[in-house]
Amino acid sequence: MELLAFGDTGWGDELFYATLMTIAVSITAMFIGFLFALIFTPLKLSKNKFLNFIANSYTTIIRGVPELLVIYLFFFGGTGAVMFVASIFGYNEYIEINAFITGAFAIGIISGAYSTEVFRGAIQSIDKGQFEAANVLGLNKFGKFFKIILPQTLRLAIPNLSNVWQITLKDTSLISVTGLVEIMRQSYIAAGSTRDPLFFYSFAAVLYLLLTFVSMKLINRLEVKYSRGY
Amino acid sequence: MDLELMINSFPKLLSAAVITLKLLSVSLIIGIFIGLFFAILRLNKNIFINKFAYAYSYVFRGTPLLVQIFIIYFGLGQIEYLRLTVLWVVLKEPYWCAIIAFALNTGAYTSEILRSAFQTIKPGIIEAGKSLGISNKVIFYKIQIPIAIRQSLPAYGNEIILMMKGTSLASTVTIMDLTGVAKYIISTTFKPIEVFIVAGGIYLFMTFIIHNVIKFLEKKYSFN
Repeated sequence: MELLAFGDTGWGDELFYATLMTIAVSITAMFIGFLFALIFTPLKLSKNKFLNFIANSYTTIIRGVPELLVIYLFFFGGTGAVMFVASIFGYNEYIEINAFITGAFAIGIISGAYSTEVFRGAIQSIDKGQFEAANVLGLNKFGKFFKIILPQTLRLAIPNLSNVWQITLKDTSLISVTGLVEIMRQSYIAAGSTRDPLFFYSFAAVLYLLLTFVSMKLINRLEVKYSRGY
Repeated sequence: MDLELMINSFPKLLSAAVITLKLLSVSLIIGIFIGLFFAILRLNKNIFINKFAYAYSYVFRGTPLLVQIFIIYFGLGQIEYLRLTVLWVVLKEPYWCAIIAFALNTGAYTSEILRSAFQTIKPGIIEAGKSLGISNKVIFYKIQIPIAIRQSLPAYGNEIILMMKGTSLASTVTIMDLTGVAKYIISTTFKPIEVFIVAGGIYLFMTFIIHNVIKFLEKKYSFN
C-alpha cells in the first residue's frame, strides 16, 4: 500500500493525475469524434454517390486498420504534416506537436468512425412519418432537425454511443506509446522504477474498470432521461 | 510519395502479416473454447458460478487489451514461484504471453456473444426435442449448440475483425507482427504515410476476406 502513498514516497498522486489525463484525453477524443460524425453522417446519408464513397472509405478504413497503426501514423507523420503546412507560410523552424493533441486527434478520428455508424443507424431507424409530420407542421429545416429528429436520434443512439465511449476510453491506453503520461504510461514508469510490474499493471486495470463502471452508471442515467415517454 | 519504398517494404510487411494471422488464428481457436466454457457457466443457475463467469467477462471487457498483455508479460514473471513451474516455459516467451492475453480477451467477448445466442433460442425447440424423448445432453450438443453458433455468426465476425486489430498490440511486447514491422520501417525511414498505406492495405484486405467468409457462412447456414 505504501507504493500508492501520495507525495514523494509513493505513486498515488502521480497515478491520480494520470487518471485525470486519461479522462481528459478520452473526453477530447470523443468530442473530436462527434465533430467527425457531424461531417460524415450527412455524407453517408446523402444521395450523391461520390459523397457516399468518401464517407464509406473513411469508416471502412478506420474500422479495418488497427488503432495502433493509426496512432503511429499521427505520431510520426503529424509533425511532418504540420511543418509542411507551416513551410508554405514561410516558417521553417522545427515544430513539435503536443502528445496530447496528436493522441486525442488519432483516437478522435477512430472514435468518429464508430460514432458516424451509430448516428447513421439511429437516423435511418427513425420512422419516415416523423419527417413527413414535421413537414406538414411547416417547420423549417433547423426546427425539423433540432426539435424532431435530433431528440429521437439521441434516444436511439445513446446505448450505442456508450459502447463507443468504452472503446474510446480503452483506446486511450494506446497513446502511451507516444509518451503521453496517462494511466498506462504512468504505470509503466512506476513499474520500471519499483520493479513491481504486477502490482502497477493490475492497479491500472482496476483504474480502467473503475472508469468504465462509473461512466456506465452515468450513461444509464442519460438513457433514462432521453427515453422519457417511451 | 516514395513508390520505391512502398514496393520494397511490401514483401517484408507481407511476411509479417503471416505472423499476425498465426497470432489471430491460434488465439481465436483457444478463445472459442474459453468462450463456450464461460457461456455455459453463465447459463448455470448456481449464483456463484454465474457471478464468477460474469466477473470474468466484465473484467476482460472493461480493461484495455494492452493492460492485459502487460500484466501477463511483465507482471507474471515477477512471481518467484511461477518461475519454478512448467508454466514458465510458456510464460517466458512473448509470443505465448500475447496469445494467452488475446485468447482470454476474445474468450470474454465470445462468451457474451454465445450467451445471448443461447438465450434467443426459442424454448419450443428444446421442448420439441424433449417430447421426442431425446436426452438433455443430446439436446444441448445437437440442438442448442448448432443453433447458437448460427445465431452468433454475425457478431462473431465482428469479433474476429476486432481481434485481428487487437493482435497489433503484440508489437508492444517485441513481436514483429505486421504493425511491429510497419513501426520499424517508419522509424528507420521516417516515411509514415507510405508505410501506413501498404500496411493498412494489407490489414484492409484481411478484413475484407474475413468479412466475406462470414457472410458466406451466414448464407450457407441460414434457416431458410
